[in-house]
Amino acid sequence: MQPLDFSILLQGDAPQMLAHGIALMLELTAVAWLIAMVLGTLLALVRMTRLRVAEVAVGAWVEYHQNVPMLVQIFLWYFGIATLLPTALQMWLNRHDGEFTFAVIAIGLATSAYMSEGLRGGIRSIPSSQIEAARALGLSYLQSFRHVVFPQAFRIALPTLVNHTVLLFKNTSLAMTIGVAEMMYATREIESRTFKTIEIYLLATVIYLGISLVIMAGGSFAERRLRVATR
Amino acid sequence: MGDIAAIIHDYGVLLLVGQYPTGPLGGLALTFILAVLGLALAFPLSVILALARVSPFRLLYWPATALVYVMRGLPLIMLIFWVYFFLPVLLGRPVSGFSTLLATLVIYEAAYLAEIVRAGIESLPRGQMEAARSVGLTYMQAMRKVVLPQAIYNMIPAMLSQLVSTIKETSLGYVISVNELTFAANQINSTLLTKPFPVFVVLATIYFVLCFSLTQVARQLERRVARRRAGIAGATAAPLVVPDIAAIAE
Repeated sequence: MQPLDFSILLQGDAPQMLAHGIALMLELTAVAWLIAMVLGTLLALVRMTRLRVAEVAVGAWVEYHQNVPMLVQIFLWYFGIATLLPTALQMWLNRHDGEFTFAVIAIGLATSAYMSEGLRGGIRSIPSSQIEAARALGLSYLQSFRHVVFPQAFRIALPTLVNHTVLLFKNTSLAMTIGVAEMMYATREIESRTFKTIEIYLLATVIYLGISLVIMAGGSFAERRLRVATR
Repeated sequence: MGDIAAIIHDYGVLLLVGQYPTGPLGGLALTFILAVLGLALAFPLSVILALARVSPFRLLYWPATALVYVMRGLPLIMLIFWVYFFLPVLLGRPVSGFSTLLATLVIYEAAYLAEIVRAGIESLPRGQMEAARSVGLTYMQAMRKVVLPQAIYNMIPAMLSQLVSTIKETSLGYVISVNELTFAANQINSTLLTKPFPVFVVLATIYFVLCFSLTQVARQLERRVARRRAGIAGATAAPLVVPDIAAIAE
């Protein structure tokens, strides 16, 4: 076997492609995470009302997104739902990174289901007497959610939320299948140009692992910071 | 709706079994075989990994822990490309897409299953191990005859959820042209050209029906296991706390 030669990765436009790929990967992660957290919280909040309609609707949303592969969800958005949009919007999306938009939507929505389930688990472990007490003190439904239920539920749900953040980050690699030039795509591209497979794969592996471990470490740091002494 | 009915009529068999029996098996059947085989082959590996993860010996604990973290930190697609590149070099001959994907799933799932088995072992009361040791069993005997059977029984629901995850993960066979369900649907899509939405709706529905049914069975089993753990048949018991790593959204 030839000795490893990483210098090739510094030649031509390889560094630029890789840097661009990393930037897109982080962007995908950040935007999709924001969608997933905001929507996940809203879904958990709606489900907490215990209204029949809300339970069924949120339940269906969660089951669909958890029981269909994320790759298929991305395809459905990019190849399928895209064709149902008005022509003007389609043209606009084609000119403005439609791939990125659909990838972010698909990954964000799919992860929102897992986030809302994680939060629901946390909410369920808060005794309902706490809400009753908060309401009796004069807090509105939303206020008692915001000040009483959510902070505690969030703490309990944190390990789950962190887990799914790591998964979301890993899943951004699926965007390569519809042509988003994120890091996995750039890696494959550089590999097919230079044939330095081991070198470029090693680099990508180290980057993925490094960021995943940083998210995990950040999660356990947050857990320690947010821990409240219990009796 | 007409489009969907037409697609099911024209391509339903192709989506379910591929070109079988006149050609190679594919579609949903291949997806299911890949997932079941992948998980079954990963299981013995995962028990070994789990034992290493609870072992007091650093020489066993550290490599197993490192492997689990590497698998948890890497996208499956990255691992597929590694195996795709390395397996032929290792074996010295070309390797089919099926074998590549299967090998990848075995490695990846072994790490995730190991965490489930470990959680099962750690959720048993310490008294089980201590009692087994005090009646004269060695550590390995106690593990094999007392701890593991209970741990694995308790973790059956989590393993079934893992099967659902694995089924969803096989969709990545698409990137290395394994003729499973997602790949088959993409072929149909490129044949029809003008019907992407109905094709992918059908595809999503097939996955949903299979995965949702299995998820329901897993929930049912979870309730049964929880009841047994509580020791009172029919009584409502606290649900068993299963680590959330089982839920992988590839």
